[in-house]
Amino acid sequence: MKVLQVLAVLLLLVMAGTVQAAEKELKVGFVYVSPIGDAGYSYAHDVGRQAVEALDGVTTSYVESVPEGPDAERVMLNMARKGFDVIFATSFGYMDPMLKVAKQFPDIAFLHCSGFKMAENMGNYFGRMYQARYLSGMVAGAMTKSNILGYAAAFPIPEVIRGINAFTLGAQAVNPEATVRVVWTKTWYDPATEKEAAKSLLDVGADVIAQHQDSPGPQEAAEEKGVYSIGYNSDMAPFAPKAHLTAPIWKWGPYYVKVVEEVRQGNWKPESAWPGLAEGIVDLAPFGAMVPQDVRDRVTAKKAEIAAGKDTIFTGPIFDQSGAVKVAEGVAMTDAEMLSMSWFVKGVVGTTE
Amino acid sequence: MTFEILILLLAAAVQSGTPILYATLGEIFTEKSGVLNLGVEGTMILGALAGFVTARLTGSPLLGFFLAGVVGSLATSIHGVVCLIFQGNQVVSGLALTILGLGLANYLGTGYVGLSAPGFDPLPLPGLAAIPLLGPIFFRHDILVYCSYILVPLIWLFFTRTRLGLALRAVGEYPAAATAAGLSVAAHRWLGVLVGGFLMGLGGAYLSLAYTHLWTSNLTAGRGWIAVALVIFAFWRPGRAVFGAYLFGGIMALQLRLQATGTQVPSSILLMLPYLLTVLVLVFSSWRRGSGEAPAALGINEEPVD
Repeated sequence: MKVLQVLAVLLLLVMAGTVQAAEKELKVGFVYVSPIGDAGYSYAHDVGRQAVEALDGVTTSYVESVPEGPDAERVMLNMARKGFDVIFATSFGYMDPMLKVAKQFPDIAFLHCSGFKMAENMGNYFGRMYQARYLSGMVAGAMTKSNILGYAAAFPIPEVIRGINAFTLGAQAVNPEATVRVVWTKTWYDPATEKEAAKSLLDVGADVIAQHQDSPGPQEAAEEKGVYSIGYNSDMAPFAPKAHLTAPIWKWGPYYVKVVEEVRQGNWKPESAWPGLAEGIVDLAPFGAMVPQDVRDRVTAKKAEIAAGKDTIFTGPIFDQSGAVKVAEGVAMTDAEMLSMSWFVKGVVGTTE
Repeated sequence: MTFEILILLLAAAVQSGTPILYATLGEIFTEKSGVLNLGVEGTMILGALAGFVTARLTGSPLLGFFLAGVVGSLATSIHGVVCLIFQGNQVVSGLALTILGLGLANYLGTGYVGLSAPGFDPLPLPGLAAIPLLGPIFFRHDILVYCSYILVPLIWLFFTRTRLGLALRAVGEYPAAATAAGLSVAAHRWLGVLVGGFLMGLGGAYLSLAYTHLWTSNLTAGRGWIAVALVIFAFWRPGRAVFGAYLFGGIMALQLRLQATGTQVPSSILLMLPYLLTVLVLVFSSWRRGSGEAPAALGINEEPVD
């Protein structure tokens, strides 16, 4: 019994300690859809969280592998009740659960990644990944010999379609002959199926494999076949050291730090943020040793150009798959048009259905 | 579609059919003894995790493959305890095993997601790999595929040519007669459950050690359930299980390859193919033979008689 009493007292002390800490420290919570060890999407967000954790007077915590839906609501509700000041939810399916929780806790700042709904105390954010995809397309277009680029893709939603189009336009900018073949797996993280998808692309003659999936399965397929690959999310070179040319990657750190600082100073307002290369949210992973210097120079120059604000990726003339003009010469697509993109540009082989 | 692509498709069919084949053989083994085990999916995923973790920690994929089988047996021994000792409902116990296996593997494996481990790489068989047609389709895979080639006739021989195999079938067909003949129903059913679990574990390990060299939660992605359906399609025969497993592997590989060749058919329809085939297979099987081929005492617990 004595032991139990001592334990109870200790427990009370610890609890009192955390309550005190909450008064002076800013608590930031993150909700991830997959394990942070996935070297992919959630991993990239968690690297951003670590940048926040490094700030003075801020503590962070995260919950990983949270299914989209009711479980997500429970996790966020739990964070809100524990007195978190800022909550980031990093998957599309968290949007509605977050909206519900946000209405119950008006003093907490809620931020949702990749969605579109907002509230008095809830904003959303995403990154212009298509800019980095365009650059990776330039690398792929320069490295291919068969002029067939394979693209293992998750779901035919605007985010993925936009990425495929930017990749294709990038490839065509350096190699007008390049075509991109798309295989949909309807999975985000299923290494076996995604590897098989990449193999099917290799079977039809693709010699560079790009991916919009979170598992390194496609990278393995390229490595085994002895061809090139473009990663995604984070530097995937460890999975395919001989194949990995580069990867469009996320760098959430600067954005998360900015938001947390704003909340601390009390001047945060919910907004719909879509930062890109200029803000350093998206980037290109280091080039593999096989990428020649002239290609590196060309891509790096283009990157500097986009980062300086000259983003003409989706500026006409742009043709659709049938060859018809979709965006007239000199006309730039608006953000709204880009965010709802549902058609492929010329040079993509596959359907958006 | 050119001839060359067709060969590659058939080779892919063999590879993606292999994990299903191991699991189907395991379930056939279990059901022959009269025990229905719906825990294939959960057993496979635990095997996949055990194989991956072992290979990563010891550097030996072969040891990983073996331990995956052991863990598979351990998993199905839960089913054995419930059904063979406490006479619990086999359907409920099997479903519980699947849910437990998926949850446990997810929990235990979180720290291993995104890591890589040594695995099995393709090893063309000298001589055989050079045979036109058959070589590229069957003999340019990894060693685990070759193992499954040997396993199928072995299991067939076991059931048709050995005393033990006959006894195992007897307790699955007519336990009362088997008991009268002096056979222990429980002991033979334990054998069916444990060996079956071993094979299911191997099927899971194929996914994490050969098909990919990665671990993730839900790596099996429903393949265990396809194996349960294939047992019926195969009429509980190992030889037909091979055909069924490769047919499913082929359909999975085909839908991706059709997309890669640039077909205009919507991908959602192509992705439906394996499941459509499952339904067709079950309709076909029941239409052709009914359930007459199933072990007569399948799913029925036998009270021990003293």
